[in-house]
Parts: sequence; structure tokens; C-alpha cells
Amino acid sequence: MAGPVVRGPVGRLLERWGLNGGGFAHGVHPPPHKELTAHLPTRRLPFPDEVVLPIRQHAGKPARPIVERGDRVERGDLVAESQGFVSSPIHASAAGTVADVDFWPHPDGSWEQAIRIRVDRFSTQLPRPRLVPRWETLDPSELVDAIRRAGVVGLGGAAFPTHVKLSPPPEYPIDTVLVNGSECEPYLTTDHRTMVEFPERVHLGLRVMMRALGVERGVIGVELNKPDAIEALRRSAPTDLDVSVVGLTVKYPQGAEKMLIRSLLGREVPGGSLPMHVGTLVQNVSSVATIAEVFETGLPLVERIVTVTGRGVRSPANLIVPVGTKLRDLLEHCGGLTPDAREIVFGGPMMGGSVAHLDAPLLKGTTGVVVLTEADVRVPESYPCIRCGRCLDACPLFLNPQLLANLARSGRWDEMEDAHLADCMLCGCCAYVCPSNIPLAQLFRLSKDAVRRKRTVAA
Amino acid sequence: MASDRSERSLLVTTPPHLGSGDTTPRIMWTVVASLMPVVAASVWFFGPSALLVVTASVLGAVITEAGFVGRVRLRGGSGVITGILLGLTLPAGIPLWMAFLGGAVSIGLGKLIFGGLGQNIFNPALVGRAFLQAAFPVAVTTWPETGGPWWALRGDNFALPFLSPDPAHTVTAATPLGLMKFEGEGTPLVDLALGTTGGSLGETAGLLILLGGAYLAWRGYLNWRIPVGILATVAVLAGVLHAVDPGRYPGALFTLFSGGLLLGAVYMATDMVTAPVTNLGAWVFAVGIGVLVVVIRMWGGLPEGVMYAILFMNAFVPVLNRATQPRPFGARTVEAPS
Ligand code: SF4
Ligand code: SF4
Repeated sequence: MAGPVVRGPVGRLLERWGLNGGGFAHGVHPPPHKELTAHLPTRRLPFPDEVVLPIRQHAGKPARPIVERGDRVERGDLVAESQGFVSSPIHASAAGTVADVDFWPHPDGSWEQAIRIRVDRFSTQLPRPRLVPRWETLDPSELVDAIRRAGVVGLGGAAFPTHVKLSPPPEYPIDTVLVNGSECEPYLTTDHRTMVEFPERVHLGLRVMMRALGVERGVIGVELNKPDAIEALRRSAPTDLDVSVVGLTVKYPQGAEKMLIRSLLGREVPGGSLPMHVGTLVQNVSSVATIAEVFETGLPLVERIVTVTGRGVRSPANLIVPVGTKLRDLLEHCGGLTPDAREIVFGGPMMGGSVAHLDAPLLKGTTGVVVLTEADVRVPESYPCIRCGRCLDACPLFLNPQLLANLARSGRWDEMEDAHLADCMLCGCCAYVCPSNIPLAQLFRLSKDAVRRKRTVAA
Repeated sequence: MASDRSERSLLVTTPPHLGSGDTTPRIMWTVVASLMPVVAASVWFFGPSALLVVTASVLGAVITEAGFVGRVRLRGGSGVITGILLGLTLPAGIPLWMAFLGGAVSIGLGKLIFGGLGQNIFNPALVGRAFLQAAFPVAVTTWPETGGPWWALRGDNFALPFLSPDPAHTVTAATPLGLMKFEGEGTPLVDLALGTTGGSLGETAGLLILLGGAYLAWRGYLNWRIPVGILATVAVLAGVLHAVDPGRYPGALFTLFSGGLLLGAVYMATDMVTAPVTNLGAWVFAVGIGVLVVVIRMWGGLPEGVMYAILFMNAFVPVLNRATQPRPFGARTVEAPS
């Protein structure tokens, strides 16, 4: 679907309407700030003294701890098992002794049950000898099960369990697997480095996914501001599979599922539907590489690439870190905070959450740690809505944030639902452009909560 | 170092953590700045009187706003815009107390009783202007002559409240629209575009208004669809009428550049608060204003119709907003999987 891309002012005009090289209409162009880390090869973070594994690191039901204080664990051992289908197991990300299973600060600001492992400093950190599943010989359901047991979830932020995505109901046949390499959030370069340094893994992971789903076609979408990634992926593309690498216009939120599907396939996911309803499935590029790792090393998801960046941190870096590394240890490794550091964001600055507790651990879904300075943070002042209409021109889903905000302020949830609140993906484009600095996305998040709670009370 | 000291000074805010950098006060003050050339031109044409009148109406607006809302809103600058725009609709010779009162009424009646910035339905400057027109019909339509010494006051600016201005001070000139309507006499287009005609302060500098509007549109501070829609509608309708009966109806360019049309189309109809939020709504709104302007000017009893046209369409904005909701992404066509 993605056609040629026109540059210059004409291109920008076309792009507003989603007509430039495929793509979607509306959206915003926040300053990318990727130059801080885009060129830095990934390094391995030395094992910290302690890792903390909250039982809630994925969408769905939290995992259930199966270890107790004093237990000895090796790297890769199961420490919490999944509860039900939409859930995911959690594995020890370092060898050591379980120090505690108790409440601990969670990056979302709450306290959550977590398994704290005191890392054995003399361990080689080699995993127990294990069988590496051979994808060539496994049938689709065994592949999905191997992925499930490895605790693979989406690494792009939402941390949706991957095995659930790979098990669509038979009435919705999938024809194309899409890999999201757009990384449209400012600052982050996790996916970028993955594509540049491990393109074979991306292709292997995609191959496994296509096999698991019985799909013939795979498309990898990468924003055009990462030519080296496109180049690396094209060079290592397999010849025996229908896999293409497509450059995408640089615009936020290019990586949102609905936008990516529109850009790559020209299909619009109807309101209230999922990608599988239009015959496709989107997986973030880092998660795809993780799937490959499971079949390369047999090791479950215990480490990931994290971008530590922003002008508030002394030496930004792309690091391979054990899941559960505490923010404090990570920042210390990166030279610490600058004196003007004001806000630490887990994930990208458009959708990520602020973290103020330095003991909070990195989760499976933490794409990056962005430290914003005094100069970067938004002004804390709001003004009345001046009905400028910019939010309407920014919303990639063509909602009316101005109307929704008015309704939200007076608690008119029913009318909000009629105004398609459920479709809002909390991308934050509306709040980004609002000159009156109205916390639109936050209002919608709270309204969604209110609607959900009202439903459960009614039921 | 990631010390506990820094931990205590960390902010927790809600996403998105970045903003586009444009703020409402910046928009408002940029609009004020873009009006400065127009004000300067009015001083050039009408002398110190022009500055006095604009200052009086700005003071009336700002003092009223400050008195009711406090200083915070003042930083928003929207009261200043209202004051300047109102001032620009007035003749240079109007007594200052009337201009001041108009500014106060603009804010009080036009804005505050609706609940302040962002809540009002009608353009506040036009509400003030409509009030003055109703209360002092003679004073607001007494147009001073251009020419004469620059520094001379163009009328009895310092008349005391509730005393009629001394007619000895007033020299009345006809506006191009009035000439056209009542005498059937045209005015050269060059004079209209450059502003060397009689009329209210801001009616006279068409090119500067267009320039200011173009700048604001380029910055994204006004919805270009509105002035383009209004002016195109007026031009087409006037052109057609002129072609049918050139003796009775003036041509398109005369209609565009005469009276308060440019000021209204570029600066008043585009007031974000009182214009539709949707782009489709903006087009309908603009065409509506254009049609009304032509109807009032050509067939109504008044030479000028911009004020009533905009106020009339303002009243329909809530309806327009509701009727032109954007169609959500998912509601569009779905291509079946191939
Ligand atoms: S947060 Fe919701 S309403 Fe705002 S731009 Fe994104 S999808 Fe639209
Ligand atoms: S962008 Fe903000 S000020 Fe403008 S209409 Fe939307 S909510 Fe109102």
C-alpha cells in the first residue's frame, strides 16, 4: 500500500491527509531527540546487586509467585507462573537467592507484590542446561506454547502476552503479519538498535510467527528516519519468504496498531475491533527479536534492550539490562542525573508514565527511561479551552477531543461513549497540540476507567 | 548522582510529557502584535484621535476583565484583542467615554456573563459594537473627513459623558459604502486598498489586514478557511450581481475592500471561541456570513452588514459544531482482506 514518499512542503500537505506514501491522516510531529542515543551500540549492563520482579508486568492477570524467601534460583528459572490464558510467567533474570516476596514500588506509582532476588556475585549467570526448542520441527501450537512458556510479551510498552496474539480464533484468518519498527515515540532508540544490530533475529522471529499462524506474508514497517535499520533489514531479508521492508513517513503515532495497519495495508480497523478482524496482526520489532532469542538460546524473556536518555541523564546509552533492574542502579550506571533533571519517564514521553521512586524496577515492557529537564517538562499552567479546534486536527482517529473533554468534566459518561470514547487510544496527540494545556489524554484515561467501573457495578 | 535529594524534587505528571510549545497566551499576544500595523495605519490616516479611541476601548475591556476575573486571565491577552478590535470598528471622532464604555460592555456582556474566556457565544468586540450602535447611533456613524492637519483631533474626543459631542468639532465625511448605497457613487479601488477613504479606524487598511491575517494563518493561529470562505462567497455573489445589473450593484473588488468586511472576515469571524471547531463547520459558517453580508448590503436598509452577519452566524455555531462532527477513523470503509 505504501507508495512513494514526496518530500518538502507538498509532501507535508499530502501527509496531513494520509496521502503521502500510504500512511494516516492527522497526527503530530514532536521533536525526535533520537540523536542522543541513535548511534550508540548496545552495551550490557553489569548485573546489579538485586533485581526486583513485580508479578504484574503484562496485560492480563498478574502471575503467581512460586518461590519463597531463601530459595536459590538460577538465571532463567520460573519464579512466578501465569494464571490463566491471558497472563504470562515470570523468570529469574539473574542467579541468586530470593530475598523477599513482598510489596515493592511499581513503576505505575502503586505498590505491588514482587519477587526480590539478591544476585549471587560469584555466579557465572549461565542458565541451567536446557533444551532449545527447534522451530523447524515444531508444529504451530507447540511454537505458541514455547513462546508462552518463555514469558514473551509485547516489548513495545503495552506488554500484551504474545501467545494470546498468536492464537486468533479460527473465524478470523490472518493473511499478513506486520512488524512494527516505526518507533515513533521521541527519544527512544531501542527498536532502532535492535534492527541495526540484530536484523537476523527480527527475520527469524517473524519466520516463527508466520509459521505459528500459517501466514504467507510478512511486512516490516520502519520510519524513514532510520535508513540504517531499513538497510540492515533489507540486506538480511530471507529469500524463501514473502517478507518486505517498507519505509514509513515520520509521524507520531505511526506505530499505533491502527495507524500502522492503515499505512502498510490500507485497511482501517473499525471502531471496537481488533487487527485480527481485518486479517492482520501487529508485533513490535523488539518482541519479534525476543521470540527469535527463545529459539536461539532457549532462554526465556529475562533481559531486554532499554534506552536511557534525555538531557537529564549524564551519559545516555542503549543497554541490555536484566528485567527487574532498579531505576537507581540503571541511572547510576549512566552517570546519574544532572542537577536540572525534573522528571523520569518509563517509556516514551508521549505515552509513558512518570516514575518518582528510584527503587522502581524496569519491567518487560519498559522501552526506555527518559529523563526530562526543567526546560523539557510541560508548563504546569492550564487555560480555558479556546475552541481552537487543534485537537480535532491532531486526533488520528478523528475523534472530537474538545467535546469529549467537556463531557468528561461534567461526568457525562454515556454521551462520551456515544462520542466514541472507547476508540480513543490515549496517544496524546490532542493534549500535545492543545495551546491551553488541557490534560485531554488524562481526562480520557480517567473517563475510560469510570465507564469500566460503572459497567462492573451495573453487572 | 541519583541521590534521594533529586528523588524528592522529581515531578510526576500525566502523559504526554511534551507539548507543542504553543500556548493560549502566545496565540493571543501574537494576534495583538499582528493588529499593530493596522492600528498604526489608522493613526496614520486619522491622527492621534485613532490612538486615543483604541486605547480607550482597550482600557475599558481590560479593566473590566481584571476587575471581574483577576490578573491571571489578563495574561491571556484576549481582553486586549477584544479592545483593539472594538476600537477599530469605531470612528475616530467618537467621544472617548463611549469607546471606554463599549470596551467594558464587550467584556462584561460579551464574555463574562457567559462564564469568561472560552464560554461566550458571540464575538465580544461585536457585542460591544452592537451595543454602541444601539445606544449612540449618531456618534458611531459620524465619520470624520480624512485630510487636514495630521495632529488635529477628528471630532470631540473629550466630550463629557452623556453630553452630545459638540457638532462644531465634527466634520462628517461619507464612507465609500454610504456613497455607493445612497448616492450611487463609487470610490477608486486604490484608495480602498490603501485606506485613504473615510470610515471607521480599521476599515481603511485592507492590505495590512490581509497581511496580518496571512501571517496568523501561516502560524496556524487562525483558521484560514473562514476568511477564504467569506471573501470568496462575497466576491462570487457580488460579481454575479454586478454582471446582472452593473448600475445598481457594485463590483466584487469594491465589495471586498469597502467597509468592515476585511476586518470582520480576517479578525472577527475567526475568533476561535465563537467560530466552529470543525473544519467543515468553519466552511459552512464562512459561506453563511458571506451570503448574509451581501444580502444586507445589497437589499437591507444598512450600508454595512458585516457585524450583524457575524453575530447572526455566531448563534449557529453550537448547531454547526454538532452537525459537523468528524467521522471517526473506524467508521470509514474497511477493505476486505484480499
Ligand atoms: S488521545 Fe484519544 S482523543 Fe486524543 S488524539 Fe489520541 S486517540 Fe484522539
Ligand atoms: S486544542 Fe485545547 S483549546 Fe483547542 S479546542 Fe482542543 S481542547 Fe480546546
